[in-house]
Amino acid sequence: MAKRLPPVDALVVGFGWTGAILAQELTDAGIHVLALERGTWRDTPTDFATTFAQDELRYYWRHELFQRAAHETLTIRNNASQTALPMRVLGSFLPGTSVGGAGVHWNGQTWRFLPSDFVARSHNVERYGKAAIPDTMTIQDWGVTYDELEPHYDRFEYLCGISGKAGNLNGAIQEGGNPFEGSRKREYPNPPMEMTYPPTLFAEAARSLGKKPFPQPSANMSRPYTNPLGVQLGPCTYCGFCEKFGCGNYSKATAQTTILPVLMRKPNFTLRTEAEVIRINLDSSGKRAVSVTYIDAAGEEVEQPAEMILLTAYILHNVRLLLLSKIGRPYDPATGEGVVGKNYAYQITSSVNVFYADKILNPFIGAGAHGMLIDDYNGDNFDHSGLGFIGGGFIGIVQTGARPIESHATPDGTPNWGSKWKRAVAETYLKSTSVVTHGAVMSHRGNCLDLDPTYRDVYGRPLMRMTFDFTDNEHKMSDYLTDRAEELAKAMKPASIKVNPRKGSWDVVPYQTTHNTGGAIMGTDPATSAVNRYLQSWDVPNLFVHGASAFPQNPGYNPTGTVAALAYWSAQEIRSRYLRSPGPLA
Amino acid sequence: MWVARKISMKTIWLRAAPREKTETPPVETPADANVVLRRRQLLGAGIALPLSATAGAAVIRREMPWQEGTASAPDAATQSQPATNAYGYLTPAEAEFISAAVARLIPADDLGPGALEAGAVVFIDRQLAGEYGRASRWYMQGPWAKGEKTQGYQSRYTPAGMYRAAIREIDQAVADEKRAATFAKLSTSDQDRWLKDLEDGKPKLSTVDAKAFFKMLLQNTQEGFWSDPIYGGNRDMVGWKLIGFPGARYDHSAFVGRHGERYPLPPVGLKGRPEWTKPKG
Repeated sequence: MAKRLPPVDALVVGFGWTGAILAQELTDAGIHVLALERGTWRDTPTDFATTFAQDELRYYWRHELFQRAAHETLTIRNNASQTALPMRVLGSFLPGTSVGGAGVHWNGQTWRFLPSDFVARSHNVERYGKAAIPDTMTIQDWGVTYDELEPHYDRFEYLCGISGKAGNLNGAIQEGGNPFEGSRKREYPNPPMEMTYPPTLFAEAARSLGKKPFPQPSANMSRPYTNPLGVQLGPCTYCGFCEKFGCGNYSKATAQTTILPVLMRKPNFTLRTEAEVIRINLDSSGKRAVSVTYIDAAGEEVEQPAEMILLTAYILHNVRLLLLSKIGRPYDPATGEGVVGKNYAYQITSSVNVFYADKILNPFIGAGAHGMLIDDYNGDNFDHSGLGFIGGGFIGIVQTGARPIESHATPDGTPNWGSKWKRAVAETYLKSTSVVTHGAVMSHRGNCLDLDPTYRDVYGRPLMRMTFDFTDNEHKMSDYLTDRAEELAKAMKPASIKVNPRKGSWDVVPYQTTHNTGGAIMGTDPATSAVNRYLQSWDVPNLFVHGASAFPQNPGYNPTGTVAALAYWSAQEIRSRYLRSPGPLA
Repeated sequence: MWVARKISMKTIWLRAAPREKTETPPVETPADANVVLRRRQLLGAGIALPLSATAGAAVIRREMPWQEGTASAPDAATQSQPATNAYGYLTPAEAEFISAAVARLIPADDLGPGALEAGAVVFIDRQLAGEYGRASRWYMQGPWAKGEKTQGYQSRYTPAGMYRAAIREIDQAVADEKRAATFAKLSTSDQDRWLKDLEDGKPKLSTVDAKAFFKMLLQNTQEGFWSDPIYGGNRDMVGWKLIGFPGARYDHSAFVGRHGERYPLPPVGLKGRPEWTKPKG
């Protein structure tokens, strides 16, 4: 029998970006917030200090900051005819654990989605006709618009101190920014990062082809910054250990470096770590969440009642907790009915290696979100007539830092080992870079999440099962982007290039992106979405489900900016309406 | 510094030990251990917490927890300088096999030392003796199936187990060819042929997937060539020097705009540079 604790006003499950944002907003509203985090406390000076943070083996290859698959993983398959098997070793994506979540080891690439991304179905139908969207493509409008989210994007960008250059200020296109972005009310809080050589070369090549390159919006500081909460961040040192690493320098915006120094000191906030929520408990009506049950570090089950519950774990955990707690109707790909687990999507990426004979590029100098990009082929920024696909992605060079175990590309025809390989690596390491494409994944009827019938986690609960593959739309789109990337790479006038298209089925082994989306999608109709436009559960109105699980499909950008904007958007509605009169907001 | 660290770890272990009765996994990582220590010290210091309510979870209120000496530095076990003869996991025969293999994968040549000279065997031995060798982060519950290529690693072997079985089975297959007693005793050209065949998955070994083993061996060899020297490989930073990687430097801001210039400074590791610590004379 689980021990039962006194109730709290609001309970946050998972303490990464969205957990910290929601806790900060709701404690400001005066209620008591308790956050439960399955992992441990961690902070800059103790866990990612500059005296040991630059350790490629420990952090990337041995996964120190990531979720332990031994503790929890999921099973994977490309389609329903296969038997799903556990992801025994992390690869394609790297979920986090502990305070700060995956937001500790993110790159800081902080985008706004395009206005048309939020109305993906209606926009594409209007422009290209109903036939442009196959029956099996289950894309939906979000139920929230870019204009509604604009102030919330702005809040997150100023919280983080995003370095960038506006491309569209109040409708006026700005030289040097992304001319395709939605209209923003004000400039980024910090100027763009200083560029290393490879992104500079890419930008020159892109301009020579008539494109509009712009600096990647970055949560790495281009100068010292004090955010609106009074928390200070230091300038980025371009150490090249950012993606997959923690920052020892207070230069990457994370929950730790932007919110926690304020939130943790509030009298109406409590964080309980090593407290892993295993289910959400409903009352007998099934329409109200009364508590969660968690397992503490001693292995004891504890029941924590709360007036409202906010699921703020990573998307895979949010969806799994809904399934395990039997909240919302599980999605059935055979009938297309049900909502929980529906519209799982991901990202499709490719690259073109660029090798120079004589240019010294120093690729080890970098930062997580440090690049020059073009957005000409993202979303619906280009005419898709006759192309046979919708969606797109950005293309460019993001110089994240070439750690040598991970980054030692060699020209075509080089063997994988031996003297010839060694010579090629020695010759090319300082003189090579890579043009990347980062593409959207639309949702499809067969791509979904449910509970695995066979495999269990350490607590004996079913693992979640992911059924996912790229479809024709993704491959056509990615091939199109890769062709453009090849043109751009050639315009950089290198000695040689190597094209790495994304072929075949989704493969769990090579790292791609930690941009998993969907499974508890937002919308305006309870028959086709799990949460309403304020991320409130249709079935259980005192439960909110945050994060990229709400994305009905995944646009061609990194997700965190929109994840955070949705958190602020939802928090505003909770503060202004829900707390006064708890009940359905839509 | 390391002495102090060891003492605090030991203290944590003693305090944490009784919890094993509840079938909690033992405290494994320094990060976990630190929080345990902090919480218990807080409780011991008499700070008012609803103790009965939160026996097993760390409660953090009205503070940013921080305690001197709790920085999560790399595991002390990896800190000593490379030993030459003592292996923690490998048998002498296994060490011979790996020495021969890594010397072909990244050979010593006119460009400089290879993986063998860089200490890749010591590196691999320590990795196999530690958390990685035991696959302690990996999901290793059954049932087991071969799976599709896109489903990734599905072997029941831990890395340590995989090396042991693979080396035994490859040496047996080499002996069956009757050209040499073991892989290590083959000519280098025969070793190269064997490695290429393993890479292509040609040999049908009795329990090990040749391709999976080769992939692991090549990856670990490159790790032993390019990881920080604290892990026993990349001795004198020869892997980094070969390609021009400056190592664990954390501030390149002054060099960002100097496009096309060769970076002038030599590599540095997490523990500094060898000449800083080598005895004089």
